[in-house]
Amino acid sequence: MVSAPRVVIVGGGHAGFHAAIFLRSGSWPGEVTVIDAQAQPPYQRPPLSKDFLAGKQELADGEFRPASFYPEHGIELITGERVAAIDRTARTVAFAGRAPIRYDELVLATGSRPRALPVPGAELDGVQFLVTRDDAAALRERLTTAERIVVIGGGFIGLETAAVAATAGKRVTIFEAADRLMVRGVSEPMSRYFEELHRSHGSRVVLSSPVAAIEGAGGRVRAVVTADGTREKADLVITGIGVVPNDDLAANAGLVTGDGILVDAGLRTSDARIFAIGDCARFSTRYAADVPSVRLESVQNATDQARFLAQRLHDGFTAAAYDAVPWFWTEQFGRRLQIAGLTSGFDRFDQVFAGDGQFSIFCYRGETLLGCESVNSPRDHMRARRTLAAVEAPVAPRP
Amino acid sequence: MPEVTYVQADGSVESFDLTPGKSLMLGAQSNGVPGILGECGGQAMCATCHVYVDETYLDRLPPVSEDEDAMLDDAAAERKPNSRLSCQVEVTDDIDGIVLHIPEEQLW
Repeated sequence: MVSAPRVVIVGGGHAGFHAAIFLRSGSWPGEVTVIDAQAQPPYQRPPLSKDFLAGKQELADGEFRPASFYPEHGIELITGERVAAIDRTARTVAFAGRAPIRYDELVLATGSRPRALPVPGAELDGVQFLVTRDDAAALRERLTTAERIVVIGGGFIGLETAAVAATAGKRVTIFEAADRLMVRGVSEPMSRYFEELHRSHGSRVVLSSPVAAIEGAGGRVRAVVTADGTREKADLVITGIGVVPNDDLAANAGLVTGDGILVDAGLRTSDARIFAIGDCARFSTRYAADVPSVRLESVQNATDQARFLAQRLHDGFTAAAYDAVPWFWTEQFGRRLQIAGLTSGFDRFDQVFAGDGQFSIFCYRGETLLGCESVNSPRDHMRARRTLAAVEAPVAPRP
Repeated sequence: MPEVTYVQADGSVESFDLTPGKSLMLGAQSNGVPGILGECGGQAMCATCHVYVDETYLDRLPPVSEDEDAMLDDAAAERKPNSRLSCQVEVTDDIDGIVLHIPEEQLW
C-alpha cells in the first residue's frame, strides 16, 4: 500500500503558513508538516512595524490561527526547531536534536534575515532590527523611554518605524545611504513626497549618508556617525538596510542559488521534489522590466506563491505558470502608499492628482504600463492591478 | 462580551463571545473560523475577509472607508449592499448578536 504523500514546509512565515492552509483548504490528501525555528505559532508581520509598534494591537492579535487550529486541521506544526540539512537522496530534512523527517515534496519558505550593519558598534545595546515579533516587542518597549532615535536605512521598515516614533513625539533622524528614500521600491517623485512628509513631521532626513560607526558607552549606544563625520546622538538606533535571503540550507544541499533560491515558472528549484516560495525564492517574471529575475519581499508574493504552489501540488502540476501581479503597501503618518507592479526601469510617468494628499504615479516603459504608485488612491491602485493582470498568462513546465 | 455568529456558505453556524475592540476578522481567525482569510492582516488590502452583514445591524456599523469601498468592488464574491470587510469592523457592545454570512469565494 502506498502511504499518503507528505509535504514538508520549512518556514512558518506568510509563505509557509499559507502553503499549509491552501493545501488543506484544497483538500490535499496527504500529510502537511510545517517546521519553524521560532517558538510561537505563525503570525502576521505587517502590523509589527505599524499598529503593534504604535500600541494599537497586541502580539496575540497577530497570530494567524490559535495553536489548537493546526492539529484540528491536519497540519503538523513543529515550532522552535531549525532544519539543519536536506538529504535529497533519502528525501529527508535533518535537525540537530531530533529524528529526520521524510518528505515527498519539500517546500522551502525560509524567508530572509536583516542585513547586518557592517560598522563598528552595530552590536551595542540599543541597536535594534525589526523582523520578528520578539524584535517588535523589544522595540516597542524601548520606544517608551527613548527620546532621540536614529533610523539607519530609509526603506519601508525604517520609514514606518520612524513615522511611529515621530508620531509619539520622539526626535527622529533618518540616515539613508542612497540619494533618495525607498530607492528600490518607488520612483523618484514618490521618494521626494515621502521625504517631505517625514520632514513636515519634524524628522531629520539625511540622504547620501552611509553610516560609518555607532558609538557607545558602557555597552549602550550613544551616537551614530556617518561617513562624512556627522555625529547624531541617539539612545535608540533602528537599522533597516534591507534583507538577505535564507538560502544557505538550499545551497548546502546543492540546489542552485544566487541571492535567493532559483526557481522556474512552477516555483520548482533545481531538484524536482523541492520548491521555494516567498522572500527566499528568485524567479523570472514578466512584470520586471529591467532585470532577468527578482526576489520579492512582500505579503502578496508570499501568499500568492503559496496559493499557486498548493494548487500545483494538488492538481498534479497542470496549473499555469506563476504570474500574480506584485503589489506592496506601506503606511506612514496616515498616508497609505500602494504599489501595483514593479515600476523600476520606467522611461516616463504620468502623475494624476485626485485631491488633497491623494495622487498616483503611473509608470510606463514605452507604451507598456509597468506599475502604479498611489497615495491614498485605492481605486487607482486596484485599476492598475487589473490592467497589469489582463495579459495572457504563460504556462509552467510540466515535471 | 458581545456575541458574534459566523454562518458558512454551506449553512453551518458558529457563535463566539468576542472581546470588544478587536475586528470581526481577528475574532474569526482567533477562533479558527474557516472562510475568512484576512491575508493582508487586516489592512484593507486584499478583500479576503469579505462578509455579508445581517441587515438589521448595518446602520450600527462604522461607515465604509474609501479603501474598503475600493476593495469590496474587487472582492471575489458578488458585492451586495450589506457587504463589508470584516477586518474593518470592530467588535462593540452595540453589535452584540450580529450575524455574518461568509461568501463561498474569497479568492479570484
